[in-house]
Amino acid sequence: MIIAIGMLFFLACAEKKVNSIQKEDANSSEIKIEKNLTATKIPSLNYKELEPLLNKKNDSIYVVNFWATWCRPCIKEIPAFEKINAEYKTKKVNVILVSLDFPEHLEKKLIPFVEKRNIKSEVVLFDDSDANSWIPKVNENWSGAIPATIIYSNSERKFYERSFTYEELEIELKSILK
Amino acid sequence: MKKQQVLTVLIIAVLSVVVLSSFISTETEPIIKGYQIGSEVTDINLLNVDNKRISFSDFSDAKGFIVIFTCNTCPYAVASEDRINALDAEFKTKGYPVIAINPNNPEVQPDDTFVLMQQKAKEKGFTFPYLFDESHKVYAQFGAAKTPHVYLIQKEGDKNIVKYIGAIDDNVRKASSVKERFLANAINELLAGKEISLKETKAIGCSVKV
Repeated sequence: MIIAIGMLFFLACAEKKVNSIQKEDANSSEIKIEKNLTATKIPSLNYKELEPLLNKKNDSIYVVNFWATWCRPCIKEIPAFEKINAEYKTKKVNVILVSLDFPEHLEKKLIPFVEKRNIKSEVVLFDDSDANSWIPKVNENWSGAIPATIIYSNSERKFYERSFTYEELEIELKSILK
Repeated sequence: MKKQQVLTVLIIAVLSVVVLSSFISTETEPIIKGYQIGSEVTDINLLNVDNKRISFSDFSDAKGFIVIFTCNTCPYAVASEDRINALDAEFKTKGYPVIAINPNNPEVQPDDTFVLMQQKAKEKGFTFPYLFDESHKVYAQFGAAKTPHVYLIQKEGDKNIVKYIGAIDDNVRKASSVKERFLANAINELLAGKEISLKETKAIGCSVKV
């Protein structure tokens, strides 16, 4: 019962945030066009397939966030990543949301979440069970807790095992954007 | 005269840079330290779901402890529940009982209250103590960053020493797909009087919420 009430509260809060994001989106015609996309497709990747996304070599900056729909602090910071993705698109900044949802929850939890929140950043499902082998490959300082974030460019890479507000994330992004 | 002044200014400038940079370098220290392999563990005194307080010193017959930081709802913790019961069944009689600790603050993670811990222990038939780190000091002392997060401890004289840190096994999501039982292997090596071959592994988990 307590859990149910908690969930209701949580969903109610989440709802408000989505509304505010949608309002911002309404100002941007570029994003409006993307809304016409049909059914959401989210690719499932193992570490070998994920690795190229963590090591792109071009003139863009990538903000890669490890999260899951059940991770409360992750959900709380998703709007910050979405805002970065929207506001810095023209500066060649790309946000990639790497979900650690269990593969059996792809259809029932992850896709509905992405659709309901109208998430514009690239979302992939990271499905690789042997965490002991890939955690240090993602970053040797990572304890394995989520949320965790990598911001990288061709020449620089920073890793964060922490939560972000939009302002905090923007400061870190700007330190690489220069 | 002028030359001397310039020199003085230069020396002061160089000195201040040296002093300042020594301050800056301390910022790179990692925030979470906690116990490492070989660390001596301070005894705990935490409330169990049966309303009694538990310390390591209560277990006079134990050879050591399997300390697992876990919680009620993190999917990785939930996926590990049956395995934690099985570990207790397998190793308690061999001298290594499981001691589970919930490090989360219910004000941040409302599903992790003491009452809900009691419910969880009852529903899942936990055979081991499930303790509440009410002051959130024990998890910090250990350096536990997530749930589940395992510390294998061995008694050496009157000391408790950390012998293994990390994951239960190589597949937290699916018990049936496990290939390597990191923790069980470590305990079996201790029981055989051998050096543990894999002392640290990385585990994926939910960040501790305080």
